[in-house]
Amino acid sequence: MKIKQKGRIAQIEGGQILRDRLMSMGIYLGKEITKVGGFALRGPTSIKSGRSVIALGHGTAEKILVELHD
Amino acid sequence: MIKKIYLIGNPNVGKSVVFSRLTGVQVISSNYPGTTVEISKGYLQLGEDRIEVVDLPGTYSLEPTSRAEEVAVSLLNEFPREEMAVISILDATNLERNLYLTLQLLEAGYQVIICLNMCDDASHRGVNIDTKKLEEILRVPVISACAVTGAGIKFLIQRLPEASIALRPKTTYEERWKQLGVIIEQVQQLTHRHHTLREMLEDASVRPFSGILMGMGVIYVSFKVVRFIGEGLINNVCDPIFNNWYLPLIEKLSAILVPETFWHHVLVGDLINGKIDFKQSLGVLTTAPYIEFAMVLPYVLAFYTILSVLEDVGYLPRLAILLDNLLHKLGLHGYAIIPVLLGLGCNIPGILSTRILESKRERFIASTLISIGVPCVPLQAMIFALLGKYSGFYVGGVYLVLFSIWLILGVILNKTLKGFSPELLIEIPPYRLPPLAVLARKIYFRIKGFIFEAVPIVLAGVLVINLLLYLKMFNYVSNIFSPVIHGLFGLPKETTIALAIGFVRKDVAAGMLMPLGLTVKQLFISATLLAISFPCIATFVVLLKELGWKDLIKSTLIMIITGLAVGTLLNFAILRGI
Repeated sequence: MKIKQKGRIAQIEGGQILRDRLMSMGIYLGKEITKVGGFALRGPTSIKSGRSVIALGHGTAEKILVELHD
Repeated sequence: MIKKIYLIGNPNVGKSVVFSRLTGVQVISSNYPGTTVEISKGYLQLGEDRIEVVDLPGTYSLEPTSRAEEVAVSLLNEFPREEMAVISILDATNLERNLYLTLQLLEAGYQVIICLNMCDDASHRGVNIDTKKLEEILRVPVISACAVTGAGIKFLIQRLPEASIALRPKTTYEERWKQLGVIIEQVQQLTHRHHTLREMLEDASVRPFSGILMGMGVIYVSFKVVRFIGEGLINNVCDPIFNNWYLPLIEKLSAILVPETFWHHVLVGDLINGKIDFKQSLGVLTTAPYIEFAMVLPYVLAFYTILSVLEDVGYLPRLAILLDNLLHKLGLHGYAIIPVLLGLGCNIPGILSTRILESKRERFIASTLISIGVPCVPLQAMIFALLGKYSGFYVGGVYLVLFSIWLILGVILNKTLKGFSPELLIEIPPYRLPPLAVLARKIYFRIKGFIFEAVPIVLAGVLVINLLLYLKMFNYVSNIFSPVIHGLFGLPKETTIALAIGFVRKDVAAGMLMPLGLTVKQLFISATLLAISFPCIATFVVLLKELGWKDLIKSTLIMIITGLAVGTLLNFAILRGI
């Protein structure tokens, strides 16, 4: 996913705790998100979900699979 | 009958601001998630009743994931539900995400009243919310407010007795988000706005290239401004007041008391070349107030001014993104920069705010690194004063040494401690321009805290030191430690006293170094050791409370080893030629 690209969350891997936490912050299956920032060298990624911007560690970001819009 | 009111809501929705408005109790509030890590209590007069109001740390759901959230949720279950009401505080600019917790509260059967905060910002951003409709759908009162200016708070208080239970069937996460989608469609209207400058700056700060540039700019400017305000106040305000107004008074006192007598020794201190010297006389009425008011206070004011601005604008979480990679190497994640920055002011709030970190391991690493490698602002002010007159090179050197310790120690702790550290997962707040009155109140609150906590200890500390010096009680102690202090660190044995005083207060301890006539190298080493060695006793108590005995001892051992190693290395290797 590139910066400024939009997509729909297709799958979230990882344990229940992480999924629950993401869910309570508004990151869940089917949600539209936009990538707003990403750092090289396994740095954090920032996404916009609804009206909030959320920064995720690299490992967490990798677990969120997104279906891209063209 | 309501006896207790809890304020609950997502992180960074302004619970603490509402709390201050309701109770008149001033608490620190900022624009980043996790400002509140402690529970604050206050009272609200409602008709004839005095109701307790409790400000809770922010939480995203009723299933907690960090220590601060745990505290919030467990407190909610402590009190009988029929006697308490919950004010669910929402950020109107982000209604959907915020309502999630409200739905959980309703499902759980609490008496709820909703406060829609930041309504002014919402309309700025083109978000219009139909509160009547929302009230109809949820069947609990909804009040829109702007706590920072106080708008709407009166209505909130008026309608508090209407807080009610509006049970909803318990449901799953997915189902709840679906319901929310439907609710939002009905109550919220978005007007499309073009990207404003503010939004462009928000976006730029989370992108790699522009983000790093902005970060470096912010840090550089902050540092410059702190120096400018601090030095400016010292040279143009504090020093003139002390020299032109206070000195004549003390000279009169000195003549009345007669030099070389006991009381002169305690209150005025020793005469240096026949004169009173605020930096060296070491009296309760000379050096003690001079250190606090003319050397430390200007920097405390400067530091908290800048910190408060950065906090309220909402820049700090953006710094967390930039530093995430680096902090990962230390077993922390980017958000640990918040406790570290607070620790640069005073270690106590720094260590308390490690509660925003999720695991015990992270909290141990962060607290240990703060107490060893992060000097508080009073000590930093003294380091500027002690070494600054030689050259900025030495001042920078102390920071460089401390920063290296911080890095090396962090890497070692990360490699040796069991367990793993979770990843960064934080919400980045929008930029907000804090009203000046709000900023001023916050800075005033912090300065007042500093003066009330520090000054009595400083005066009492200098008094006790003077008595002990007069009775020559220190000789015994300094002789015992002489092999380490002199043998390893190359310092005169009198510095033992100063280092020991560091346990009471760091600024006084550094002040004790002034009359000793140390060389630059000795000043450098003792200032660095003061920063590394035992945190002051108040910090120690907080460390004990946060970590428990076992981890405190572990942390202390790490500190002693680090201090010994660094002192010796500096003396025999790094500063050898100086």
